[in-house]
Amino acid sequence: MTATPSYLQFEDVTKTYPGVIALKGVSFGANAGSIHALMGENGAGKSTLLKALSGAHAPTSGNFRINGASHVFNSTADAMAAGVAVIYQELHLIPEMTVAENIYLGHLPANRGIVDQKKLREQAAAQLKRLGEPIDPDTKLSRLPIGQRQMVEIAKALTRGAKVIAFDEPTSSLSAREIDKLFNVIRELRAQGCVILYVSHRMEEVFKLCDACTVLRDGRHVRTHEKLSNITPAMLVQDMVGRDIADVFGYTPRPHGAPALEVAGITGRGVTAPISLNVAQGEILGLFGLVGAGRTELLKLLFGAECATAGEIKVNGQPTPIRTPSDAIEAGLVYCTEDRKKEGIVPILSVMENCNMSARRAHVRFGGLINETWEKTNAQQQISSLNVKTPTPHQLIKHLSGGNQQKVILGRWLSTKIRVLLLDEPTRGIDIGAKSEIYQIIFRLAREGTGIIVVSSDLPEVLGLADRVAVMREGAISAVFDRTEASPERVLAQALPVEKAFVA
Amino acid sequence: MSSPTGKPVSPFVTLLDRAGMQLILGALIIVCWLSVRNFGSPENIMNLLLQVSTVGIVATTMLFCLASGNFDLSVGTLIPAGGVLCALVLRHGGSLPLAIIAALAFGAFVGLVNGVVVARFKINPLITTLSTMMMVRGAAFVFADGKSIGIANETMLNLANAAFPVIYNRNGGILFQITLPVWICLGLFALFGFVLRRTTFGRNTLAIGGNEEAARLAGINVNSVKITIFTLQGIVATLAGVLLAARLGIGDPKTAQGSELSIISACVLGGVSLSGGVGRMSYVIAGVFIMGIVENAMNLLNIDSFYQYIVRGAILLGAVMLDQLKQRR
Repeated sequence: MTATPSYLQFEDVTKTYPGVIALKGVSFGANAGSIHALMGENGAGKSTLLKALSGAHAPTSGNFRINGASHVFNSTADAMAAGVAVIYQELHLIPEMTVAENIYLGHLPANRGIVDQKKLREQAAAQLKRLGEPIDPDTKLSRLPIGQRQMVEIAKALTRGAKVIAFDEPTSSLSAREIDKLFNVIRELRAQGCVILYVSHRMEEVFKLCDACTVLRDGRHVRTHEKLSNITPAMLVQDMVGRDIADVFGYTPRPHGAPALEVAGITGRGVTAPISLNVAQGEILGLFGLVGAGRTELLKLLFGAECATAGEIKVNGQPTPIRTPSDAIEAGLVYCTEDRKKEGIVPILSVMENCNMSARRAHVRFGGLINETWEKTNAQQQISSLNVKTPTPHQLIKHLSGGNQQKVILGRWLSTKIRVLLLDEPTRGIDIGAKSEIYQIIFRLAREGTGIIVVSSDLPEVLGLADRVAVMREGAISAVFDRTEASPERVLAQALPVEKAFVA
Repeated sequence: MSSPTGKPVSPFVTLLDRAGMQLILGALIIVCWLSVRNFGSPENIMNLLLQVSTVGIVATTMLFCLASGNFDLSVGTLIPAGGVLCALVLRHGGSLPLAIIAALAFGAFVGLVNGVVVARFKINPLITTLSTMMMVRGAAFVFADGKSIGIANETMLNLANAAFPVIYNRNGGILFQITLPVWICLGLFALFGFVLRRTTFGRNTLAIGGNEEAARLAGINVNSVKITIFTLQGIVATLAGVLLAARLGIGDPKTAQGSELSIISACVLGGVSLSGGVGRMSYVIAGVFIMGIVENAMNLLNIDSFYQYIVRGAILLGAVMLDQLKQRR
């Protein structure tokens, strides 16, 4: 509790949905000129709090005090008028419009209804320059990499005079260089006296960037640390989960069997040089690389989601031509996508439907009739064995947290007979508790003899899980390390683009 | 300010959520029964059932189309084309089974084209079926040489009149009967309702409508499901056309104009989502009957057909807005 009231004050903010209390009496303050982290497991209420702050979902009760004035936001326009901007993980920009139009969307400089193109361009260019991001304002947004789009979103917030800027997991799809750039911009905003709220699951980031930290758990305010320098990550984790997590990985060596997956000379879109690799039964191969290095593309080629132009795939020693995902699934080769929302779940269907959709064809009767008994038993079994937190199997999957959605997707594949599991960013946007559960599932499957490839942008995750680490750079494999040889420095050096490696 | 979202949900609201349109249908029937003269007469009910059967038959497969996130306008001209083709084959001395098969095969062909263009070539279904709708209309006029074709085949005419059960009044006239088109409509309600709920094809349809890319990556053969849906849709539309021609006694290229919109609006009115992924046969049945009863009641009340269009449009708009409100809450 500081003596002077904070610039931004949450006062007893409560949000209930039918049957669910998402936020319960959350009160804390964030000061001007400081970066305030907001942490908590998924489902802790961070997103709900941001949505309330942005005016997207008005709180059921409670309000926000900004610079002494009390506000309740019933729309995003209200929040913007009060100088509040929230920058979400999925950016709210229009790909087909220019950068300048995106920045001034909703308040284009105009003269009697006719857009002043010159003014628009100049103002946008000036704003971008101030952010140290000299993008041509006439560029179509869809042509920018994700890091620059984020800058456009920040510029958009600033042109509306935002004094409170909240970031929701801004680094989840950025490369290391883009993250550095973003952090510099955020620090600059702090220097200008903005209040920055920063939501992230990445502990190192929070300690690197933030000044203060508030932890939420189960919709309640747990603690606000005014000075982050006084505490340790372990203390924060304990606040978040309410218990100690000794080791999130818990790696133990396993025996490896015969080759589960043998890939020889595969090429296709996003894979520039023919790629060959092997994964043994019970082995976990980590695949590291920067965003855009071709990791997702490689997995999609293996799974038949994209057409390979050349190459051979053997599953359990059997040559297996894979042209479609069905071919791959048939052979026991399955893929958990990076983008759960877009490519993984069917949001408006139930947990049970999402869990059963791939395996059910093996259990139908009379050539197409659904076996209701199997459907129920299987869903129930996956839910309990993977510890999916859902009130009933009939709950729509979109209401589950990211970690639980991921477990359902895993359950979908575990309902089939799998030999090789391809995991693409399996813990992206998932909180620490669920992360550790997913790691245990991965280890269990490996012990049971599944060959596993894990793609991740999180280097500690790759090093913590993998028996071997393959590194991808610009569409090709640049190196393969054994677990014992794989130090962060060596792996990273192989991942960085060649010409830029010296700079970094 | 407190928002209404925080209040506990009353059982009444839950019931409305679950069975909104079915309840409205029930209320509508009671109101019409009590207030519209002759509405409850056996003759009118017979009429009503027969009237809704055409829209009802085609709506069964339209449900799959919409539930998979697709759209089919071509049914509006496939209905007359099916009737014309059937009449044409009969006039040229073909047998009745041959005539029916020819009509259905034409429907299957058009549906297959729709499906392949939408699934393989990734063309927007609205544009695809708008194009085939025009082509099929043209084809129907070409088949019929611009005129309607009379049907002389007794068996064909009897198709529409075959009835079970038939209840006679005291004078030996027919008091009440359920004719074959109505039975076929009810049969298709049951059949496709079952298919959607209980077969992999049905579940895959909903999954594709809910998230096509996720469905593909889950190993569902998206293209073949879509092509099957459109092909079924074509067959069922021409089947409705054959039954309509049998009832009218002619194959007329000008019948059933605008029926594609009645069919789609009946589905949407019942609660089938236009964006895909949400749909049940009970929704379709409710939608079809609400539309049919409103039309029937307005006819009984001698309301001018011009006003009927306005009322029907307003009902659809109201239903869709109600649905949106329900989802927002």
